[in-house]
Amino acid sequence: MRQLPTPPPLIRPATAALVAGLLLLIVASFCSLNMQWAALFGSDAIRSSAEFMAGFAPPDLSGKFLGKIAQGTLETLSMSALGTGIAFIFGLALALPASGRFGGMARSSLRLVLNVMRSIPELVWAVIMLIAAGLGPFAGTIALALHTTGVLGRLFADALENQSPEAEAALRTNGASPMSAFCYAALPQVLPQLMSYTLYRWENNIRAAAILGVVGAGGLGQLLKYHLSLFHMQQAASVIIAILLMIAAVDAMSFRLRRILT
Amino acid sequence: MTYVLKNVSVRHAAAERSNLSHALNDIDLTVAQGEQIALIGPSGAGKTTLLHTLACAHPPLFGEFSLFGVSPWAITHAQRHALRAHSFLAPQTPPMPPRQRVVTAVLAGRLPRWTIWQAIASLLRPREAEAAYLALTRFDLQDKLYSRVDRLSGGERQRCGMARLLVSDARAFLVDEPLSALDPTLALQTLKTLQDEATTRNATLICSLHQVELALEHFPRIIGLRDGRIVFDAARADVTQEMLNALYRNARSLDSHSTECKEIPPIIAPHVHLENQY
Amino acid sequence: MYTSKTSIDTRLTEGYQPDPAWRGRLTAGIVTVLLLYPMLLASEFQPWILLDAQSLHATWNFLSSFVPPAHSREFLMLMLGATWQTVAIATAGLALALLAATPLSLLACTRFSVSRMESGKLRTASAIIRQIARWILVALRSVPELVWALLLVRIVGLGPTAGVLAIAMTYSGMLGKVYAEILESSESYTTQVLLRNGSSRLAALFYGALPESASELISYTTYRWECAIRGSVVMGFVGAGGIGQRMDESMKMLAGDEVSTMLIIFVLLVACADMVSGFLRKSLG
Repeated sequence: MRQLPTPPPLIRPATAALVAGLLLLIVASFCSLNMQWAALFGSDAIRSSAEFMAGFAPPDLSGKFLGKIAQGTLETLSMSALGTGIAFIFGLALALPASGRFGGMARSSLRLVLNVMRSIPELVWAVIMLIAAGLGPFAGTIALALHTTGVLGRLFADALENQSPEAEAALRTNGASPMSAFCYAALPQVLPQLMSYTLYRWENNIRAAAILGVVGAGGLGQLLKYHLSLFHMQQAASVIIAILLMIAAVDAMSFRLRRILT
Repeated sequence: MTYVLKNVSVRHAAAERSNLSHALNDIDLTVAQGEQIALIGPSGAGKTTLLHTLACAHPPLFGEFSLFGVSPWAITHAQRHALRAHSFLAPQTPPMPPRQRVVTAVLAGRLPRWTIWQAIASLLRPREAEAAYLALTRFDLQDKLYSRVDRLSGGERQRCGMARLLVSDARAFLVDEPLSALDPTLALQTLKTLQDEATTRNATLICSLHQVELALEHFPRIIGLRDGRIVFDAARADVTQEMLNALYRNARSLDSHSTECKEIPPIIAPHVHLENQY
Repeated sequence: MYTSKTSIDTRLTEGYQPDPAWRGRLTAGIVTVLLLYPMLLASEFQPWILLDAQSLHATWNFLSSFVPPAHSREFLMLMLGATWQTVAIATAGLALALLAATPLSLLACTRFSVSRMESGKLRTASAIIRQIARWILVALRSVPELVWALLLVRIVGLGPTAGVLAIAMTYSGMLGKVYAEILESSESYTTQVLLRNGSSRLAALFYGALPESASELISYTTYRWECAIRGSVVMGFVGAGGIGQRMDESMKMLAGDEVSTMLIIFVLLVACADMVSGFLRKSLG
């Protein structure tokens, strides 16, 4: 018979200090931010936000606008798919040196590059890419590709580094060139793992692509930003619904896919 | 001469830490082209290390070593790598990516002959798939041509590794325990296929075996290895029961079909020794 | 050199079949190309515009102003304030999210149901409450934080308040869902024993499920804190305060030196958050 768990022991001083520090951080955050609670909970504020919300109804479902939304959805899906595809290719290319195949120097410098690419979010990349590529979905595609290359490159490099080297070594002992030994042993060994990382990232990128547009990088987000800034509330409502439906559909699909695959 | 070894010693990669003795000591060996040799000895005797050394997987610590008349560790990387294509080392459990198809796994034996583009194209549509089919036919595996490697049994996988040997261009076959996962009938058939192929190509065949009877029955020259040293190197007719007793004295098992006394392969990280040429 | 054809009897190729997978691969390849074309059109994929003279000129001008990064004392002080604001938005938002997520996750989770323990079924009333709690969680987390921020900026005006609330909304949905899942997957036996012996639901939580799931809950929360920091940078671009808003302003003025300082700060900030959350996971988990 299993025992009831004993009550947790008295908190250790180090943990207590840590928890106190965290509480202090939270309090300091609230104090320094100068939150406008009045703007939120004053009676005026409640009335004006009620009006704001009421403006959304009914969403614009005219055929012409739905066509625009369909175009935006297609744009969003294309951006995410192309961005992920490009990131797969470049991620793999960068993962080769980053997994230590060209020596330690190349490994650490490439890992640094990948880390930087990864820690700058898609949206920031998009803002920067607007200068080179101009407004529109192309900038968004490149932005997604840059961030995702960082994420995938790092994951791919780890996968390549952690696999067992025997199969590749056996081919090389028998005189296969390094590149072909890689294609016939190392790559097929890790490919299922790489594919599952990539699909997972694609799912993430669909979500990201939907909102990249708020800085002008195409897709549904651009539509949303446009109509919100002109106070076309009903159109904005339809776009938000479209974003939600698309995210829900992607979630449902990936759930199914995972169930089939596992 | 296929191989000439003079006073060769090899050390395990892990030896510096654990202070083990050398994996191979003072090996003197001369092998003529077309010879067929069985390598016998108890577990841990250094059979696998010797085969790896002959395949240029790692350099000897001391001694002279030449292969097809060339000293492989005195020439450039590229030349040495080209030389590796002339011998084929078949490990005991052929390491193959589990999801790869048999046809691709077998055709990997052709890689030294192909350019990188041919190799990549062959991943999409197998090139020279007939050669793979013929090689598999000789091990009764032709039905498995398009199956995945992870659907094969241990014995099938082992023969698949040998089929890779058949499609290669090698002039020296270095085969490590080719029969360890096979039943006696298949073992005989497999050994015969290997020897026929070696005879047809006039290739040198060096085969490490646990089954002493099979070795004595089928190989004209027998090398006994123990504790990293050659104990005897004799023609079949000259091997006596005393020599065998001495070879296996106090060893774990003389049982020829025992699979549990598998040789522990030396801890070698071949990718460390194969220079990074990417 | 040896070739297989010479030494192997060619009659043996009789049973040979060409690769059955080739046709499928070819079809898949063609379908991919056919799908790729409309995608390239839709995303206006024209890499060559990156290389046209005007765009190259603009890019070059912008990138060359990256070095040296802006480092005047005044600017750095400004950055320090903005960075703190970013961290504060994330922390305050997550704290609010935690307040909202805890009760919602307890409502959404069936582990502490007394009725279920008694009859194996949920009472209708509690089943309805659970379902409502679940729907609220789904609704909260489905809307990306950036969209919440866009809407909230219009209600409460520009500034960090919108950012804090946006993070609180999305993250309470995420935290609530995962908390409920973690509690649900905890060993049911201890909780059941407590409930059966007449302890209250809250006591069952504190003595049964919590000690077991605590480390998982903490590690998920710190991971989300890290995400919230990234999120709060991004929300700055729609006017929700912090370093993102400053970056938006500098981008509009094409002040490359300022942007490069901010990118550096940003990479360091993410790395720090990564380290701190790793440390928290280790010492609290």
